[in-house]
This record gives sequence, structure tokens and C-alpha cells, in this order.
Amino acid sequence: MTTPNRIILDKYLRHNKKFPHIWCPGCGIGIVLAALLRAIDRTGWTKDEIVLVSGIGCSSRAPVYVDFNTLHTAHGRALPFATGIKAARPPLKVIVFTGDGDCAAIGGNHLIHACRRNIDITTVVVNNYIYGMTGGQQSPTTPEGMKATTATRGVIDQPFHIAELAASAGATFAARSTTYHAKELESFILKGLEHKGFSLVEAISQAPVCFGRRNGMGDPVEMVKREKELAIPISKTAGMTFEEKKDKIVTGIIEEREAQEWTDLYAGVKKTAGEE
Amino acid sequence: MAKANVKRKVVIYRDWCKQCGICSTFCPTGCIVKEEDGYPFPRYIEKCIGCRLCELRCPEFAITVEEWEKSK
Amino acid sequence: MKKKNGQLLQGNEAVVEGALYAGCSFYAGYPITPSTEIAEVLSVKLPERGGTFIQMEDEIASIGACLGASLAGAKSMTATSGPGFSLMQELIGYGVISEIPMVLVNVMRFGPSTGLPTSPSQGDVMQARWGTHGDHPIIVLTADSVPETFEMTVKAFNFSEKYRIPVILLLDEVVGHMREKITIPAEGEVKVVDRLKPEMPPEWYAPYADTNTGVPPMAAFGDGYRHHVTGLVHDAQGFPTAKPEEVVSGMDRLFSKISRGFSEVCITEELYCDDAKTIILSYGAAARSARDAVETMRADGEKVGLIKLKTLWPFPKAALEKYEKSVENIIVAEMNRGQIYREVWRVARGRWQVGKALAPYGNMLTPDMILDVARKVTK
Ligand SMILES: Cc1ncc(C[n+]2csc(CCOP(=O)(O)OP(=O)(O)O)c2C)c(N)n1
Ligand code: SF4
Ligand code: SF4
Ligand code: SF4
Ligand SMILES: [Mg+2]
Repeated sequence: MTTPNRIILDKYLRHNKKFPHIWCPGCGIGIVLAALLRAIDRTGWTKDEIVLVSGIGCSSRAPVYVDFNTLHTAHGRALPFATGIKAARPPLKVIVFTGDGDCAAIGGNHLIHACRRNIDITTVVVNNYIYGMTGGQQSPTTPEGMKATTATRGVIDQPFHIAELAASAGATFAARSTTYHAKELESFILKGLEHKGFSLVEAISQAPVCFGRRNGMGDPVEMVKREKELAIPISKTAGMTFEEKKDKIVTGIIEEREAQEWTDLYAGVKKTAGEE
Repeated sequence: MAKANVKRKVVIYRDWCKQCGICSTFCPTGCIVKEEDGYPFPRYIEKCIGCRLCELRCPEFAITVEEWEKSK
Repeated sequence: MKKKNGQLLQGNEAVVEGALYAGCSFYAGYPITPSTEIAEVLSVKLPERGGTFIQMEDEIASIGACLGASLAGAKSMTATSGPGFSLMQELIGYGVISEIPMVLVNVMRFGPSTGLPTSPSQGDVMQARWGTHGDHPIIVLTADSVPETFEMTVKAFNFSEKYRIPVILLLDEVVGHMREKITIPAEGEVKVVDRLKPEMPPEWYAPYADTNTGVPPMAAFGDGYRHHVTGLVHDAQGFPTAKPEEVVSGMDRLFSKISRGFSEVCITEELYCDDAKTIILSYGAAARSARDAVETMRADGEKVGLIKLKTLWPFPKAALEKYEKSVENIIVAEMNRGQIYREVWRVARGRWQVGKALAPYGNMLTPDMILDVARKVTK
């Protein structure tokens, strides 16, 4: 059974932080954070061993609200900090909470290299297709044709598909779900947390104020409905062309495989080095 | 279907609710409705099946669904 | 660690030895001439001692990983040169405001951009002071020889741990690459400082509260003292704040914790200053030529002295002000277009004539170049 919100409130929210949180009415970031907290609760990990790291953005404001070791870094740099923490103290459970701009634009290089190292960090990306915090500029995931304050005539760049990008860069677990599919999202995050190696869960999320409004997508409810309508499980995409998949949200586990993890490998390096 | 021997309560914390309408819209049974003041309310609690979807999808941590066995 | 007598080491290798002596257990870096040997040697030595070496994808990732490792309790270091130092700037400020100890070695090379990658220069003195945005305190140390590089590396770690601040060790290509004899002190011979850990129960811990030194104790992630770390201006608990009174007390403490330590942090060495009418002020490789020039002039009977800076920032102005009455001229000898010269001129406020002997083309500043300037002044 999923963890009741009552337990989330008691156990994981910081009581000395002011609620309601800063996010706009209907913004999906809170749904993703709640899914992460329920998944964490199911791991049985203690709060002391968890480090939640973020960059800068609306999504990256999440750590301050929750009662772990929390680290709000600089724009794009959550993964390098997280890598340092994990490499220096491998028993810690290191989780990154980030946005599409934070992890795929300014932090894109760090993302692919963290994937390549297969270091045991779980990254949860809130992909709201936009730079929320700065008021709605184009992000590397904004779909072609959509409008942003810096693309008022429509975006012409091709978007990244973050989960696939991570998988092809070497992440050994990559999955995508949406805020509509909150239960599935939670289960993917749980799998990511329990996976040994670098895992990434992309959460498609509604940003009603900074993205939806400008693109005539209606209120938060309409945006969540849209997630439901556009979602297509990966199992049903066999045989679909790139063009056919382009406007869909492909949900499911994109990659799941076993490979040696960085801190384990480095423990081996230390062992041989010590014996030489 | 609602199990006969289970009683449920859906608590919505109005101080945190930002009236986004997600819980009421996506409640599969129509238990939660949006009231005239814009706030959601579990008006038809007898319909609630305890799926907790409202709780999971509330961006504000503002809903708890409580469930207990009915005493005979 | 056993005492090794008379090893012949490169300056960059002395950085490694100093770091290990000081207890460095984490290094993250990206290769760049003329600092690369530091990474290469540490990649061998750190795992032998149970430490961790990681090659990152760029320099900002490197400093980010070091800050993360430090938050997890490790004494951490990165090393780089000009272009990489530029890439690190944003996170230096992060380390300052979040009060995270670490050591950053910049083995300077010549010029903006790729410049002259293998030529010596001291062109990053002002960048080390002001490279990251916003008003901030910083500690920048330097060295002019291989043994001094060892000494100042240990000091860099000690200051970073004691004051909870990133410390920059600014070396130049000459010092980084030259080989000299050095005796590594035995364990315990040189003081090694570790950050203060909290002793109060976790519920009472305030990671950014004021203390009698201005430096709050630092818990590592995983020690049971769950807390929040942010680059936003924060209150004593570490939570973001914009309340004027909390901004004032938080920011003032950031500066005052360092200014309270000025007498310890500002390190200089003096030669023949007591009766000197002219002082040559220098640092790093240039100080070697300056010493040579001073000895030559002393032999000629000139009343010339040397002040060698081992700390560049905070600028050790007290060392100059001591000679407010006795000294007439100060000549700054450095390998740039006058970065410390401007600082000395600012500090002088007309009390001394300030001159300069510069080598601003990626060339070594020679004793003759300094003598040319100094002899004109003393005539
Ligand atoms: C180095 C740097 N560049 C730019 C910014 C301004 N900035 C803050 S958040 C942000 C975009 C955030 O977008 P995303 O990661 O998608 O987060 P969201 O707000 O959408 O959740 C930008 C550009 C910054 N803080 N730092
Ligand atoms: S709607 Fe946009 S601006 Fe508002 S909290 Fe969400 S991401 Fe930020
Ligand atoms: S638990 Fe399910 S049925 Fe009950 S109110 Fe919530 S969404 Fe509706
Ligand atoms: S989902 Fe939450 S915030 Fe939105 S209307 Fe329902 S209770 Fe209020
Ligand atoms: Mg975004």
C-alpha cells in the first residue's frame, strides 16, 4: 500500500518550514515531490543516510521542504555535487531533484557524464518543458512549435527526450511517467532508488503559469488531462515511427540493466592500490 | 466498489489547498466535488473507494484519506 | 608518515605531499597545463591511502564535486590553471556563502584565454580575489619554492578547515614545475587543523549560527545532523531568508570570521627591512629574483629590504604599515601588469613612493629587471 499522506506530513516535511510551499496553484512539482517521498518511505532508508541535492529552478526548490540532508546547489550543478558526496561517502543514499533546464541544458554535460560513470545516484527530473523560475523561457525540452518568452513565434529547436538521452549515455535505469500517473511515477522512482547504478526518472509535469497559459493549454486540470491523453506506454510503441511518437509522451521503463557501479569499481581500485 | 465493512474519511486541509481542481476532477467516483467557494469537498464520501488518487495527485500535500474497519 | 630526507620534488608534487600531509582524502579535477601533475600523482597516491580521486568532465564539475565531498566530511582539493580557474568561479562563491572548506590550486599560466599555456605569469591575482561575483571574503596563499609550496598547501587546508572557506593556492608555472630539495616533515611536526564538529544534540544544531570565533561547527552529511545547505542567503538554520536583520548578521559574520583571523592568515617574510629605505615587495617566482636583487644591492651598501608575501588576500597591509615611518619607497616586483602594485598604491595613501618592476609578457622577472628599477629609486 502506498504511504499515506499523513505519514509523509509527519515524517518527511520539515516542520519549521512554511507551508503552503512556493509553487503556483496546480503546478505539478509538488506531485513529483510527494511521489519521491512515498517511494523513499518504501525503501526503509533512514532520513540521516539520505542526501537530497538540487540545482536552481522551481523544481530545485524542493529540498528545503523535506527533512533529509538537503543541498540546494547552483544552476545545473546538482550532479557534480552529488557525485562528490557519493564518491566521498558511498554508504549515503544520494538523490538529485532537478528540472529540465537544470539537468539537460546548463547541466547537460554533467548529466551524460554521471550516466556514463554509472554512479549510484537517483535523479528525478521534473520536465515541465520550460524554464519556470525565470518566467517561461524555452528549455531544451520545449516541443517544437510551442511558445516561450524567448520563442514567441514558436520553438524551432528539436527537444531532448531526457530519459532516452540518459539511457544512451549509459544510465542503467531510465524511466518516464507523468504527474497524472502519480502511482506509476512513484513505482518508477522506487525502482530507481533500489537500482544499483545511475538511475533517472523523468516526470512529465504541468507548469500552468509559466508554460500552459502561454500555449493555450488551459488550467492545471486541462494540462493533466493532456498528459493522460498523450501518454502511451512504451510497450505499445513498437513499430511506431519517430514522427508518430513525436507528440506523444512515451511512458514506462526505457532502460533497465545491470552494470558495475562506480563506487564499487573504485573500492576495487583502492584495494589494488593499497596492496601494491 | 466501496467495501461494505470499511469506513473512510477524506480530509482536505484548506489552509494548504490552492484550489487547482485536480482532486475533484480526477476522483474516479465523484466523491470529491468543487464547492462554490472554489474549495474541494468530499461531499459523497459514501462513494469513496479509497483509491487515494486524490491524495497522490494533490500538489499541496493537502489531502489525507483515512480508512478503518467498521465496528460491528 | 615517515620523514623522508632530501627528496628532489617538483612544486606540483609538493602540493600533493602537502595535501596528503594535511589529510586531503578527495580530489576532483580536469587536466590542464601546468597543473596536471598534481592530478596525475594524486590519482596514484589517494587510493593507496583510502582516499578518492575522480576525473570530472570539466572544471566547474570538479569544484562542485569537491564541495560535495567536503559536505560529506572529506578534506578535498582541486587544481587547475587559467581557463579552468575561470570556469570554477561561480562555485567559489558557493563555497564562500555556504562556508564549505576546500582547497583550490591555480598554477597560473600566461594571458587571457589560451594565452601562452606553458609560460609563467602571475596574472590571476585579481581574479583570485574578485573572480566570483558579489562581495565576498577569500583567502589566497602563494609560495616561491618547493618547500614553501608544501608549507603553504598545509596552511591552505588548515585555514579552509578552521575558517570554513575555500582557500586558493596561487602558484605560478615556475614554482609548479621547478625541482628543489625538500624534506617532508614527520607526522605531527607541522600542525594539521580539522574542522570543528558539532557536539550538541542534533535538534540544537544550527549550521550557520554565530559562535565566539564566528565560525560555526560543521556536521557532515550522514553524521545525524540533518540540515539544509544553500547558496541563497540563509538564516542560522541554513534556510533561505531575505529578512534584513538576518541578511545583515549572516553576511557580516561571513566577513568578520576572516577579519578576526587577519594576524594569523596574513603571512609575510621579511629580509633587511629594519633599516631599509626601500622595500621590494614580491611573491611567488618573482620573489626569488627580488631576493637576489636585494642581496646584490645590500652588497653595494644600499638600504634595501624585501617583503615577501605568502598570503596575497586578505592583503597583508599591516606588514607594510609597520614601516610607515622608516621606509620611503616600495617597489612591487611581479609578473603581470601591476595587480599587486595597484593594491600597494591603494594601501600607501601617499605614505610611500610606490614603484613597479613588472614582467607582463609571459617572461620571467629577472633580478636585473628589478635592479634597473630599484637603482633608479635609490639614486
Ligand atoms: C548560471 C545561471 N544561469 C542562469 C540562471 C537563471 N535561472 C534560474 S532557474 C533557471 C531555469 C530553470 O529551469 P528548470 O531547470 O527547467 O526548472 P523549473 O523552474 O522549470 O522547475 C534559470 C535559467 C541561474 N540561476 N544561474
Ligand atoms: S507553474 Fe511555472 S512558475 Fe509556477 S511553480 Fe510551476 S514551474 Fe514555477
Ligand atoms: S480516495 Fe479515490 S475515490 Fe476516494 S475521494 Fe480520493 S480519489 Fe475519490
Ligand atoms: S488537488 Fe489539492 S490543492 Fe488542488 S484543489 Fe484538491 S486539495 Fe486543493
Ligand atoms: Mg523546467
